[in-house]
Formats: sequence, structure tokens, C-alpha cells
Amino acid sequence: MSNGEQILPSPRTAQGRGSPATRSILALALPCLLLSTKVASAETPLDYLITHGARADSIAHLAWFSTAVSVLVILIVTALLLVGMFRRRDLPPPALPGLAAIARPQDGISWIYVGVGITTVVLLITTFWTFATLARTGPQPGPAAVRLLITGHQWWWEVRYLADTPSDEFTTANEIHIPVGKVVEVKLRGDDVIHSFWVPKLAGKTDMIPGQENQTWLQADREGVYRGQCGEYCGQQHAHMAFEVVASSADDFEQWRQQQLQSAPPLSGAALQQGEMLFDSRCGICHRVRGTTAGGIVGPDLTHIMSRRAIGAATLPNNRGNLAAWIADPQHTKPGNLMPRLDLSGPQLTLIRQYVETLK
Amino acid sequence: MTATEYDRAPRVAVRDYASPLAEKLNALWETKPGVIGWLSSVDHKEIGLRYIVTSFIFLIVGGIEALIFRLQITQPNETLLTPEQYNELFTMHGATMILWYAFPILTGFSVFLQPLVIGTRDMAMPRLNAFTYWLFLFSGIYLYVGFAIGEAPNDGWFNYVPYASRPFNPGLNIDFYALSNILLGISTTLGSLNFVVTLLHMRAPGMSINRLPILSWGTLTISVGNLFAMPSVTLAFFLLWMDRQFATHFYRPPTGQPLLWQHLFWMWGHPWVYVIVLPAISMVSEALPILCRRPLVGYTAVALATVLTMVLGFGVWLHHMFATGLPGLALSFFSAVSILIVIPSAVSAFAWLGTIWTGRPVFNTAFLFFAGFIVVFVIGGVSGFMTGSVPVDWQLTDTYFVVAHIHYVLIGWNLFPVMGASYFWFPKMFGKLLDERLGRWNFWFMFVGFNVGFFPMHISGLLGMPRRIYTFPEGMGLDTINLITTIGSYVFAVGFLLFIINVVLSLRHGQDAGPNPWDAATLEWTTPSPPPPYNFVVLPTLATRTPLWETRLRESPYHSDLGKGFPLDHGKEALATTTLDAQPEAILRMPEDSLMPLLLALALTALFAGLIVKLWWLVIASLVVGLIFQLIWLWPRAKLAERRP
Repeated sequence: MSNGEQILPSPRTAQGRGSPATRSILALALPCLLLSTKVASAETPLDYLITHGARADSIAHLAWFSTAVSVLVILIVTALLLVGMFRRRDLPPPALPGLAAIARPQDGISWIYVGVGITTVVLLITTFWTFATLARTGPQPGPAAVRLLITGHQWWWEVRYLADTPSDEFTTANEIHIPVGKVVEVKLRGDDVIHSFWVPKLAGKTDMIPGQENQTWLQADREGVYRGQCGEYCGQQHAHMAFEVVASSADDFEQWRQQQLQSAPPLSGAALQQGEMLFDSRCGICHRVRGTTAGGIVGPDLTHIMSRRAIGAATLPNNRGNLAAWIADPQHTKPGNLMPRLDLSGPQLTLIRQYVETLK
Repeated sequence: MTATEYDRAPRVAVRDYASPLAEKLNALWETKPGVIGWLSSVDHKEIGLRYIVTSFIFLIVGGIEALIFRLQITQPNETLLTPEQYNELFTMHGATMILWYAFPILTGFSVFLQPLVIGTRDMAMPRLNAFTYWLFLFSGIYLYVGFAIGEAPNDGWFNYVPYASRPFNPGLNIDFYALSNILLGISTTLGSLNFVVTLLHMRAPGMSINRLPILSWGTLTISVGNLFAMPSVTLAFFLLWMDRQFATHFYRPPTGQPLLWQHLFWMWGHPWVYVIVLPAISMVSEALPILCRRPLVGYTAVALATVLTMVLGFGVWLHHMFATGLPGLALSFFSAVSILIVIPSAVSAFAWLGTIWTGRPVFNTAFLFFAGFIVVFVIGGVSGFMTGSVPVDWQLTDTYFVVAHIHYVLIGWNLFPVMGASYFWFPKMFGKLLDERLGRWNFWFMFVGFNVGFFPMHISGLLGMPRRIYTFPEGMGLDTINLITTIGSYVFAVGFLLFIINVVLSLRHGQDAGPNPWDAATLEWTTPSPPPPYNFVVLPTLATRTPLWETRLRESPYHSDLGKGFPLDHGKEALATTTLDAQPEAILRMPEDSLMPLLLALALTALFAGLIVKLWWLVIASLVVGLIFQLIWLWPRAKLAERRP
């Protein structure tokens, strides 16, 4: 099965969330925020005001509320300030010399009473809404359909699908498939430094901290491909530490899972076998291909790399040109990453690339 | 020395800055000419100005760093800088601005102004004051030596472990950062101590604590706060240095905890945010009412709000760590405090609004900066309120939304008030007014540039742009926004350049200010501009909060006595008063100028230089030499004994 065909409608087609009321508040509120909704209706894969899962949705409602309150407060205060500044401009301008007389008008203190009173009420509402949302989005709502253990590495994501029987477990990297409408439990670990797991359209961030296991959960309510991104600064290539979540129907997910459980098939043809040997000796120390002797665990598991949409932790689309370029010099697009340049000859490069292309 | 010398009742003299008394005081207090004199000066005005100038230089350096790395993220997939260069630049930018600009600039204003506004002649510990300045300067140079030799810190100003630990950062870069922070921490702690003693014990007679100018409340509050906050970060950096140099395991799993760093860092880090804004906000609360021609609305409420903000500021550090997997109960508590801390800020905001509304504002440059400040204060405040809500913060944290927030807080709440305060107190510092026309240009460039540059960051944050990325791919909807941000930041920089030009031109050609150009109410405006080395020829006695306005306000039956007071001219003398009521308590003999503060700061810096290159003989030699300098500094002298008035 080619994963290319499985690519589901992009989240773009599922745009338009957020009630008309909240949208119009925003649109009226500030030209700059109008710009944001305009931009949001173009492609903004990390935008979290328009979300696609139960968990992110209830956070987005609170976010829209607090944004609206904030914008309102800015507008009211600015208006009061401007009126306050100009309402007595009819009096002679108190410029130097000839400053206006000193006086203490008595009605000033009521500003503090009224202003702080209203502020406190709004803050209390927000606090209780926060508590309610926290209760709804914090704990996992029920038993999980899929359990994942995701480990953050500099600068890629190791994804292990957990199961009750060890033979049902497998490891992949940088691309997570989940069934739509189901609760997905995610355990998080940091291997080297702190990273943060974040799929804006589905859930907020949870850090991946060495020496500690954190837990979060996801649920996608619409099929689609959702971009994830490391949310904690983790060194040189923090910028290029992304991943993708592919949410698909239960059937498609199961099909994908079965395929991922397979080991790499034996190869026929001298060139491919030579490529495999070369891969084994040059790449196998770090990378693993199940079913072969390449068993490294330092880099991503490549058993099914050709089923993935992107390479280099969602840095480049997975196509022949990018793959060859990456193998030839991984430091070019992602300088500082931990995969060294191997100085392969042209023919060696081709052999390895052709071999990797069999890993579907 | 006889007993009567100790039990002396000081005589009373008349205020006259042209009298023989003034000449005598001048001879006593004046800094000696020449390089040695300059290096050994302990005059708080001299030191305050040095603080201000040095901080502005750090501001310019940090600003240039930002202008460079902004070019790297103006458009997608830019390759102007390498990732490592970008990371070092944003780290240096953050560290420079937050640690070597934002606090020292306020310290500078406080060191210059506080003795003047409370009616005394110097800080309580003038030599310590000089020492804290030198140490601040040397710690900054120390950090930039690392930068110059290519060992700049690269882990952000927050410096999270394990990335800051040795396996991931084997160079000297993080060591430079850790040790320069410890050095700066010593300076900050001692400086704060000095302010606490000065403000609680050196106030003019009659300036009871409820008559303390609102300006001083900010400094007093944060100085006390620093005494509680600084140990945490100094310890954090020391443990990190131990981990790095001696392979201890404070932060290293499995026995150590990376989160320990975050707790220690933010236990200091969040109070620090208030430390670097409260004195600035107090400058607005002090100066804005004068430009509105009325006393501040709600003095008591604003003073208490200042204190309350600092106290609550110690209970919100966890909101920097909402995504670290902490238990729900802790999240709820810290979320509630983080939202409710807005209340004391609202007190100040409505006090200013009320002051403007009921006052008669003077539309000069200082006022424009304060008015502009109120707008950005509110924007920075509400974005803070949004991030205080845990679930929302799970999305917002570590995105450009927080970058926008921190800049609205640090530029909005620190730099805008500092700009306004510069226009307001420049005449006192140099006797010249800053040019108003250039001032307008200065304000509008900065205000427009700031909002054009930094407001869109809220939106790029809401669109999911993570912080601290050296580049971003196409197709994220971020291209235009980042271009606007870069343009805005350059406009902002031009605005600041206009300020520098204004200062240079006004120093030469500025209009003479006279003692009180704004017809202000407090004691610093009773002295000539610039004030003489001894500040006050006779020490004033206060009966109200606004001594220069009291005859016009006619609110109190009592009157301050500014025309005559104690001259205290038996040497370098100042008056100590009681903590709450400011009753005269003792005549203090103030120390002479001395080279020891500079030499001790040099010895301490040499010690830290020895630590970084592991020259243990240098460490021990600096320690010994430093101890000798301390002995000379502290050698007891009978002439410095206190006198009872």
C-alpha cells in the first residue's frame, strides 16, 4: 500500500471552526487580528485557534474567550486614555512656562474602585473557566484505543506503538498514525535534552524530560494530517524537529498498523543486495531495518521509511531527490544534526538510495 | 574625641546654595579631580549616571544582536546565520537585555534619584554602592569576553538543563554564563541591601513611611524582593557549574532532576520580572501626576499594590512550567495566582487613568511616553493574563505569543517608562532640558516601531510559530508577519537612535532647566540642577508627601521646612532616621572616596577568571588579595563612628 494514496484531506478542507459570533468579535476587534483570521483561512498548519479534536477544541473556546476579553480591555483602556487626555484641551495649553495650577480633584479614587471591581469579576470568571477546562482536558477521558511511547531525541521523534502482546508492538519515527475519534494515550520521554510534544490542532504541549515519564492524550475528530512541532528549545536543530500526525478511519489505521508490523522483505537482485550490504555497514550502526542485520537504535527506525510522507523529522518531503540529497549530505539542509556526512561515492550513494526505496 | 563630640546637638542653618556653608560642604563632598579621583568616587549621582550609561550601552549591544538575528527570520529558509550563530545571538540578546540592561538601568535611576527624593546626601553605604557598580560592569565584560572568544552561551537566557550540561555543551560557553551570573548576583544582592538600608534609615526627618514618595516604593519593594529571590538563581548557577566541572548530579538524571533547574531558576525568574518593572512603573506613578498637575490618585492603594505584586510574584513561578507534567492541583493553584496577580496591576492602571482623567495633562515628550506606556502596559498585561490560564498556556507557551508578551512587558513596562523618566529627570541630572521637537520624533518612531514590530508576534504565536527557531519552512502562513516584525523592529531602533542624538545635542545646546522645570512636588527638585555633590545644603524636614505643593494644595495644617535645617558640616555627614516615623536617630559619618571598591571588584573578577580557566593559583591569589582589600576597606576608624544628634 502506498501511503501517498492514504494521505487524507488536508486540514484545510476542514477549516471554518469557531462560531460565527466569536469570529465576528475578533474581526471587529482589531485589524491585526482580522489579518490573523485571514491568514488562518490560508494554510497555517500550526494554528491552534481552529482545532480538530475534542481536547484542543475546549482549549480553543477558552482561548477565544480570553482573547476577546483582552482585546476588549485594550480598546476600552485606550479609549478612556484618549478621552482623558483630550477632554480638557479647551483649557489654555499648560505648556512651559505657565503650567496649570496644582489641584486635587476628589473624584479620582472611584476609578480604582470601579476599575478594579470589574477587573476582579472578569478574572474570577476566567479562573473558574480555567479550572473547568483543566478538569476536562487534563485527565484522559477513558480507556485508550492506541497507546504510544514517544521519545524525543535531538532532533527527531521515536514512536513506539505499545500493545499487550510484544509481537504487536513496533517502532517508527516522525510520523504518527491514529484512528479518528479515538482516545490516544501518549507516554513521553526525553532521551537527551528536554523536548516538548505538541500537535497544536489536537492538543497543547507536554514536555519530554530526561529521567521522567510524562503522559498526555490526543483525539482527532476529523481525518487529516496534523503537523506537530517540538515546543521546547533543544539545541541547534530545534527549528527542524517536527512530525506529522495522520488521523484516519479505524480500517485504514488497522491496515497501516499491520503493514508497519512487517519486517523488511528479502531482496532479489544483485544491486539491491549490494545496497543492503552497504547500508548495513555504513548506516546500520545507527539505523535499524527489521529483518536485516542493520540494528542501530541511535537514529530513526527505517524499516518502513518509504511509507512516510517526509524525512528529516518532517523537514523535507519524502521524494527521490530529497532522499538522495539527504543521504549524500545530511548536514546541508539540517546543519548540526547528529547524522554525519558519510562521503559516499556516486555509485555507493545510488546503491544505498535504491535499497532504501525498497523499504515501503 | 570627646563625649560631647558624640552627643552633639546639630545647629540649624538657612538653605543657601551660595553661602560659605555650601562651599565648605562642597569641599568636603567633592570628588577629587583626575583619573584616580574618578575611579575612587563614591558619589551616588556619579555612580548612578555610570549605571545608566553602561546599561544603555548594553541595551544598544543587545539591540544590535536582535537586529542581526531578525534578518535570519525575516523570510522562510534564510541562511544568513548558522543555527549555532542564531542560537548564540538570541541567548546573548535575552541575557543582555534582562540581566545587564533592564535591572541595572533601574538601579541607575534609583542610585541617582533615591537619596535626592528622600532628602539625604548619599546612599547608606557609598563604597558598597561603588563596588556594586564595578561588579556589574565587570560581570558584563566577563560575559562578553566569552562572546568575543567564540564561547557565547547558546541555551537561551533561561539556560535549561540538560542542554546546558556538559555532555551537550562541552565548551566554556555555559560556564561563562553561569559565572558571570553569580558575579552579577553578588552585585544585585549587595545593591539591594544598600537600598533597603538607605530607604528605611536615611529619609529626611518627618518623611514617615506613609510620606515615602511613590518612586521609592518600587525600589524599596524590589530590593526586599531581591534579597529573597537572588539566592535561588545564584545557587542554581553554582550547582550547574558544579555539575559541569566536577560531575556532580544535581540536574543529571537518574539521580538528579532536570526540573530542579527550572524550579530554582523560575523561583528567581518570575519575581525578577517584577523586579525589573516595578521601579519603572513607580517612575510613572511619580512623574505622570506631576505632568497632570495633581497628586497621584490613590497613593496608598498604588503603594500597597506595588508590594502585593511583589509578594504574589513569588507564588507564580510554576506558570513557566505548566507543560512539564506537574500535578493538576499545583497547576490550578499557580494558574489562579497567575490570573489574580492582574488585580494589583489593575490598581495602578486605573490610578493612572483616574489621574489623567481628573488632571490637566501637559503634552510633552515625557507625558507621551507615559501615555504610550499605559497602552502597552495593558497589552502586556492581558497577554500575561491569557498565558496564566493553564490549558491556554499549553498552546501558547514557547510560541511567539510569549515572545510578544515578554517584549510588551520588558520594553513596554521597562523601556517606555525609562524613556519617559529620562525626559523627566534629565534636567535634574544635567541641568539641561532635552529637546522637545526631537523628542516627539523619538516617541513616535519608538511607539509605532514597537507596535508594528511586536504586536504581530502575538499573531505569529497564535498561528503556532515556536520560539527560538532559527528558521521556519514555507507554507506556515508566517512569511508576511515576520517581514512586518523585522521592519517594525528597525523603525523602533531608529527611534532609539533619535534619543541618543537628542541627548548628545541637548547636552551641548539644551535649554537651561533650572531647579524645578516641571513644577514638581518632591525634594529632588529643591536642589540646583545638577545637584551639588552634597545634594542638600541643609537637610529638609517634611510634614506632607508633596512638600513643594503643600501651600497650594492646603490639605494639611502642618508645613514642611525646606528653608532651614541641619547643615551637618563637621565632615562628610548625613542623618539616620527611624524606620517608620523618620525621627532623627544618629549623625552618620560617611566614608571618603576610595579605590578599594574598584580594587576589590577587580580581585573578585580575577577570581572568577581563574575559575573559568582553572588557574587555581590565580583563584587563591585573588582570594588573598581580595581579603587584604577588604581589610583596608573595613579597617575601623574612630572618625567614622556615629554621632547621636
